[in-house]
Amino acid sequence: MRPTFWRGKPGLFKPANPRDAKLRESGVRDPNPRNLNSSDLAPQDGVNRRAMLGLGAAVTGALALGRNTALAQSESASPPADAPWSQSLGAGVVDRPYGNPAEFEAGVIRRNVPWLTAGTESSISFSPLQHLNGIITPNGLFFERYHAGRPDVDPKQHRLMIHGLVERPLLLTMEDIVRFPSVSRIHFIECPANGGMEWRAAQLNSLQFNHGMVSCAEWTGVKLSTLLEEVGLKKGAKWVMVEGADGAHMNRSLPLEKCLDDCLVVYAQNGEALRPEQGYPLRLVVPGWEGNVSIKWLRRIKLGDKPWHSREETSKYTDLMPDGTSRGFTWLIDAKSVITFPCPEKPLHGPGLYEIRGLAWTGHGKVKRVDVSVDGGVNWQTAELHEPVLSKALTRFSLPWRWDGKPALLESRVIDETGYVQPTIVQLREKRGTNSVYHNNAIQTWQVKADGSVFDVQLS
Amino acid sequence: MSSFREMFRLRRAIHIRTVMPGLVPGIHVLLNSPIRQTWMAGTSPAMTRNKRLASRSRLALIVVALFGLSIGTASAAEPGHFGYGTVPTAEQIAGWDIDARGEDGVGLPPGKGDVTTGEKVFAEQCAACHGTFGEGEGRFPKLAGGQGTLKDDRPELTIGSYWPFAPTLWDYINRAMPMPTPHTLSADDVYALTAYILNLNNIVPNEFVADRDSLPKVRMPNRDNFIWTDPRPDTAAKPCMSACVDPAAVTISSTAEGKDLTPRTTGPLDDMQPK
Repeated sequence: MRPTFWRGKPGLFKPANPRDAKLRESGVRDPNPRNLNSSDLAPQDGVNRRAMLGLGAAVTGALALGRNTALAQSESASPPADAPWSQSLGAGVVDRPYGNPAEFEAGVIRRNVPWLTAGTESSISFSPLQHLNGIITPNGLFFERYHAGRPDVDPKQHRLMIHGLVERPLLLTMEDIVRFPSVSRIHFIECPANGGMEWRAAQLNSLQFNHGMVSCAEWTGVKLSTLLEEVGLKKGAKWVMVEGADGAHMNRSLPLEKCLDDCLVVYAQNGEALRPEQGYPLRLVVPGWEGNVSIKWLRRIKLGDKPWHSREETSKYTDLMPDGTSRGFTWLIDAKSVITFPCPEKPLHGPGLYEIRGLAWTGHGKVKRVDVSVDGGVNWQTAELHEPVLSKALTRFSLPWRWDGKPALLESRVIDETGYVQPTIVQLREKRGTNSVYHNNAIQTWQVKADGSVFDVQLS
Repeated sequence: MSSFREMFRLRRAIHIRTVMPGLVPGIHVLLNSPIRQTWMAGTSPAMTRNKRLASRSRLALIVVALFGLSIGTASAAEPGHFGYGTVPTAEQIAGWDIDARGEDGVGLPPGKGDVTTGEKVFAEQCAACHGTFGEGEGRFPKLAGGQGTLKDDRPELTIGSYWPFAPTLWDYINRAMPMPTPHTLSADDVYALTAYILNLNNIVPNEFVADRDSLPKVRMPNRDNFIWTDPRPDTAAKPCMSACVDPAAVTISSTAEGKDLTPRTTGPLDDMQPK
């Protein structure tokens, strides 16, 4: 754009603002809005974007420039014709060699429920679904589940062993694994305990904490079937044990048919290496099945004739029924959907036209249809599904809605390609009682009050 | 089956020399098929080096793939087809092969441990989190008690009340415990801990000695209450579209509003500690 301007004036390209570092050291608040902490301008509930913009401009105008002070006077002031960031030279390339989100987005983070677990090492964090747009979960926001904390595995030392009832046991380095024919697939992973705190009653007033144990990514790796063909299966091999390199050596049994069908051994997530939180350098992805079986930090695959009945598939990840019996090996994620806007974290601001937005998914394959109700399930309208509609992936839906400012009860209901219809919590409880912890795929009801605030409720 | 692979190599070599350009139109279909994925790996360097050679290699691949199709094995490569990695030694496998199966105890190693020894090891290694008698400290899991509570409104799921198989206990302690220092206990210590915890639950007598023979024979109280096949779907709702329920019957049975359970969802992480 301005080559003649800068040519011969290298001084202009003293990269960063030298005063940035000084300011950081001194703890003085940087007047440059680009460098404000988002806590300074935290997008709190009920503060709309326009107000935020006004505030940003106000702070800048008052502190940095000492002009355009009119902007500081009210949030209804016109947007600045030429904002401060338009009147200065921005940071150059590689200022941030690995990019970060805008600092204003600092509140968009995984969060945990401290009272839920004894510590954070064997625990769960939730994806901020209220801030996500699209079907792909950014790698830094993908939900976490650990059983012995997050191991930081050295890929040079990591090995995958495949043995047991195989013709030719194998020990593979990461370099070996990357050489195999690779595939990329978009799949969700959901912890079956997602929504597990809501079996008895509405408890957590949050989209993030009630539904954030689901995320979706493009996974790249080798098909598990390719690896199993490479080792060759012995007669009698029917079950596959998969095991992680974490301190818990987390392990699960999988039936061979699923492993030969669509399971992936992946090393990449959304185009880059897996994050340590998601199993770097290698993990299993078992599409459409409960997240616990998608073993992270995958180190061993063993073929056998029977399941292992490991702790994770007996004392945990089994569903206690009202009659005292339990179901084991309930791997499948049933169809589920949730409205992501509005939600408790993203309330409405006055009557008018809104787009109800949400996500739907099913372990059975593809989402076929999503219906939305604004009156607590009395009447339903079919929402629009957004492309791409992929098998065992999050799918977006939306429905325009003119809100009259009266109280409303918002619900979404997914129907998947097998014809399965997402149930209400009442229907689910009739069969499952309240103690099965896992696999709560009930319809979520959001109560919209006349002031636009939104609450997690259950209907009788 | 190495002779089988040799035959493939021979065919490929022959066709690299003899395949005619007239076959090209068929390529695109085949290059987009899964077969291509299987056969690409071995020849990709040639493809990047030289276009002409690459084209020939592709043709060769097609023919090989067709050959494979004709005998019905194109999708299932022979073991060792790619030849990557190494065959682990018996020692390497032994070092990693830690699993013991729950139902029949297959994989349990030699060694043994009794209840008294287990009590000592438990006090040193486990009691800080699980309590001296397995009662659980804070939110750490309770290991004993709860038998007969599974139909209750608030069931207590412990090893004694819930776990179906005793060898699973040995396997889990061995693979994951103690949480801060996993894989530091000897097989004997793990057997002793298993004996002690089973004894805490009144499942084995004080003189019980746990080993690879005795553990699979321990009958866990809840063993027969598991169904290992998934009976879902649980519901068969029909997608009604209008006047599905009486509007007057739509009432809120519970709300999260006012319950002090939800962490903050803005600003820094909420530790939910009283300020």
